[in-house]
Amino acid sequence: MKIAIASGKGGTGKTTVAVNLALSLGEVQLVDCDVEEPNCNLFLRSDLEKYQDVVLPVPRIDGNKCTHCGKCAQFCQYNAIALLSSGPMLFPQLCHGCGGCILVCPESAISEDGRITGVIERGRVYDTINLWQGKLFIGEAMASPVIRQLKSSIGEEGIKIIDSPPGTACPVIASLKDVDYCVLITEPTPFGLNDLVLAVEVVRQMGIPFGVIINRHGMGDDRVDVYCKAENIPVLMRIPDERQIAVLYSEGIPFVTQMTEWKERFRKMFGDIVSQIPVKEGN
Amino acid sequence: MKICITSVSDSLEAAVDPHFGRCRKFMIVDPDSMEFEFLENKSLSASGGAGVQAAQQMIDKGVAALITGSVGPNAFSILSAEGIEVLSIRGGSVADAVSAYREGSLEKIEAPNSPGKRGA
Repeated sequence: MKIAIASGKGGTGKTTVAVNLALSLGEVQLVDCDVEEPNCNLFLRSDLEKYQDVVLPVPRIDGNKCTHCGKCAQFCQYNAIALLSSGPMLFPQLCHGCGGCILVCPESAISEDGRITGVIERGRVYDTINLWQGKLFIGEAMASPVIRQLKSSIGEEGIKIIDSPPGTACPVIASLKDVDYCVLITEPTPFGLNDLVLAVEVVRQMGIPFGVIINRHGMGDDRVDVYCKAENIPVLMRIPDERQIAVLYSEGIPFVTQMTEWKERFRKMFGDIVSQIPVKEGN
Repeated sequence: MKICITSVSDSLEAAVDPHFGRCRKFMIVDPDSMEFEFLENKSLSASGGAGVQAAQQMIDKGVAALITGSVGPNAFSILSAEGIEVLSIRGGSVADAVSAYREGSLEKIEAPNSPGKRGA
């Protein structure tokens, strides 16, 4: 079972929920898909080991065979190849690795090379959590291939909690693909509501069952509650705007380890989530 | 000889567009005969690599010099490898830019002066 923790707005508490939920459930795989800024391990402090490199295909052009016809540059939808009078110039960081230039080159002058853009790491913490994280290297632009490889590295069995990046763009779609349920974290502010509405549009379009957690409940206003009610969206949990939670967060301590009554609340919420997942045909 | 000036619209009174990769129009002009034309910037709405595509248009048009406000790193590497001179201007109309070019009062841009944007 795969449960994604996502949000439109950044800084609403995705990692807080992912980590505390993972610590409440027993044996789980926690997958940090926020590959531009993986931060689950700030709270878990595992000694991560490298699992594998993320390698993207990138063209290599044989200058002896190239006739400067420019078909590769014309074909590339990502503007990763320019044709100068001296021959093609390649911009590997713009390349999406589609391989189209290799197919259209009439001289077979282009072959496939590999370029390392990130790394998959893993570790085991608290005796119950297998932590996986992807890291996109600084200066690289494409998070989605790292996320896809990260997700495919993990076995099918057991409970998987996927900490998604913020927003509603490609890396979020890559994180949410094929999950059984999505928990959307928001805060009771106008910004929180605005971005929640965008995230709801995404999960609805992807056909993923979902519910909402309102973090820092008690601050701001009640418009998120009103919206969820009007849209028939289950509010799975309200985490109060409480000083102790904030202090623990600031010290990098998952709050369920100190406020242990919350473990039971997270377990109950997990039960609610499971009951909301439609049974797949054939299972 | 042809030069290019980035422009916000297609008239001689139009302001110089301060960005290269995502400028609205290219004014291609022969500063001696003053023959000119305005071209669409094909990369205006590109999701990534706008500078690369804009620089490719400069090569395809055979311009000797580009007058604009700022150029990102990818575009700059193409323009400099191709030997296209990049000249800096701030404000004014495209007609002013041509006059300044003819007077030789424009400064060269020797390195990328915009962070650009890397892919998506």
